[in-house]
Amino acid sequence: MPLYRSHVLVCNGTTCVLKGCQAVQAALLEEIRSRGLENEIKVAETGCLGISEKGPVIVLYPEGVTYCELTVADVPEIVEEHLIKGKIVERLLYKGAIPGEVKAAHRGREKENRVVLKNVGTIDPTSIEEYLALGGYEALGRALTQMTPEQVIDLVKRSGLRGRGGAAFPTGLKWELTSQSPGDGRFVICNADEGEPGNFKDRLIMEGDPHSVVEAIVIAGYAVGAHTGYLYVRGEYHQSIANLERAIADAREMGFVGKGIFGTGFDFDVKVFRGAGAYVCGEETALIESLEGRRGESMVKPPYPPTHGLWGQPTVINNVETLANVPRIVLNGAEWYAGLGTEKSKGTKVFSPCGDVLYPGVYEVPFGVTLREVLYEFAGGTKSGRAFKAALIGGPSGICVGEESLDKEFAYEHLSPGAGALIVMDTGKCIVDAINSCQKFFLHESCGQCIPCREGTKRLYEMTSSWVEGRAREGDLELMETLAEEMAVASRCGLGQFAGNAFLTSYKLFPDEYRAHVSGGECPTGICAMNNGRGKDNG
Amino acid sequence: METTQCPRCSEATLSDVRDCIQRFGREQGNLLPVLHAVQRKCGYLTADAMEEVADWLNIPVSEIYGTATFYTLFSTKPLGKHVIRLCDSPPCHIEGSAGVRRLLEKHLGISEGETTDDGLFTLEVVSCIGLCGVAPAMMIDEEVYGNLSPETISAILEKYRMEGG
Repeated sequence: MPLYRSHVLVCNGTTCVLKGCQAVQAALLEEIRSRGLENEIKVAETGCLGISEKGPVIVLYPEGVTYCELTVADVPEIVEEHLIKGKIVERLLYKGAIPGEVKAAHRGREKENRVVLKNVGTIDPTSIEEYLALGGYEALGRALTQMTPEQVIDLVKRSGLRGRGGAAFPTGLKWELTSQSPGDGRFVICNADEGEPGNFKDRLIMEGDPHSVVEAIVIAGYAVGAHTGYLYVRGEYHQSIANLERAIADAREMGFVGKGIFGTGFDFDVKVFRGAGAYVCGEETALIESLEGRRGESMVKPPYPPTHGLWGQPTVINNVETLANVPRIVLNGAEWYAGLGTEKSKGTKVFSPCGDVLYPGVYEVPFGVTLREVLYEFAGGTKSGRAFKAALIGGPSGICVGEESLDKEFAYEHLSPGAGALIVMDTGKCIVDAINSCQKFFLHESCGQCIPCREGTKRLYEMTSSWVEGRAREGDLELMETLAEEMAVASRCGLGQFAGNAFLTSYKLFPDEYRAHVSGGECPTGICAMNNGRGKDNG
Repeated sequence: METTQCPRCSEATLSDVRDCIQRFGREQGNLLPVLHAVQRKCGYLTADAMEEVADWLNIPVSEIYGTATFYTLFSTKPLGKHVIRLCDSPPCHIEGSAGVRRLLEKHLGISEGETTDDGLFTLEVVSCIGLCGVAPAMMIDEEVYGNLSPETISAILEKYRMEGG
């Protein structure tokens, strides 16, 4: 590998591309070439840096300086001042967490504790060499050559790692159950069908550090005795699919995937499977149906995938973030991981605040962090300056909380973070309008096989849409409550069971706002159509 | 039969489509990958192509159709040259996707699910596409566009029109 005195990382996350980072990158390359610096300075693409709003963004190493909101016209100055003279270009610096203070690192990073996001935004995701240089595939080597499968499972159990897709099932236990189930073969599936609105952390992990996912799935395969792994990625995530496929091909070439990995007798193959647009496929039994070539309809449980999974064989299904923790746990030890977080919720969690916040993005912090800290210290508070009103935690399937919950700690025993989404609304937003959008989502995504969900999601949406349009009927609120509660009991899978959650929890917090729509025919925020016959746009 | 023009695309013949299908193994687990490949080749899942898939994978064509229509990324109807997928899930909704939708409909002169007369654009309103950090957001084919505003929408559509679609 040639040595460079400086590295310029250009954020090529999906969200920066649309801000024009590729033109900035091309200009950088050209400027560097025209000054004959191409053997001294390396320009590399990297995954999302987590400051989506401020693109195009670049980071310069070794200084670790971040410049944001760049245009092609800024490029000569950066090259002349920073790369040649070594002077920081103050006017382009990314402004950090505390208002007024100029920070030379990207927002919140000092306060974060990056475990799964460690490499995201700092390495070139298309370079296996860079992943290796930072300890990549060492965990796999250690697991395969120094540990038995049982020891790997025991390590993950002791770490306290639980599923990060929202259900929080203990990962080590899931692996153990799978490894002990009889079968003709076993499988590992990485559930990368991230579809819950407000969640985009798995995309950033796959785009920014695809090798960590590949390494983890091979370790999981070794632990449970599987020889095939599938990365089931949602069909809309083109960049994730491209980066994972590249990572697998490079890993195969270097012998980390395929036959006789690390000179042991362990064989493992990984395949990317592209989903085709169905939220319900994030439910594990529906995902398996889809992988087997059918409609993604959920199955009655039990049996669970650890005994009867893909092709009826014992199968581990883990979320992307869950798996990405595994190599770090193998390298740093179960005790290190269990030392992060709270008593019952170990490790870190990636949060994705979005909606009415100043700095939407992904932030990784140990469990025990409060909602207030995530919202204000990381996400910068509301972008409008209006007060915080409510957040959908985990997305539409999660719960709605208000300011009474700001000081609650995120932990499975207190306030469960779900998959990490925080859809934030300020006081200018109408809760009924937002919940109506949630109900529309569930109606659209119900797979239609069980009646409580198929019919229920339709009735829920009919009611909320009548409320925002000023067509409510007396008794609607009580009917909505009853129906949502019954769906929670009677629906086959989580989609229908949780479809009324956001309504039920928000109705408790904002009963007057609901009543104003239903009984008074008025939207207090003026968002809903009833006020002026058409409604004003949000935002 | 072998030289029959695929009803949709000027290049692909049915034998091209058959070649595309027969690159895959004949297991049922290949159904989604095959349908993705066919849609890429033909622009949408034609009835002829679905019958070919049914023959190759030994699955009833009714089941192919049932599966194809279950997933939103597959279409059994012709689509425009570019498919616009506007997100309307809560994070985009609260950031103003309804206004974006009205603007798109006005610019294109079509409603959700329709294709422009010149065949250039199809407009779909979809569930979350994971771009919540830059809401309101949409995808056009494989490209993503976020922080949409009236100005950026015009510029984006103009770009595709300038390219001659």
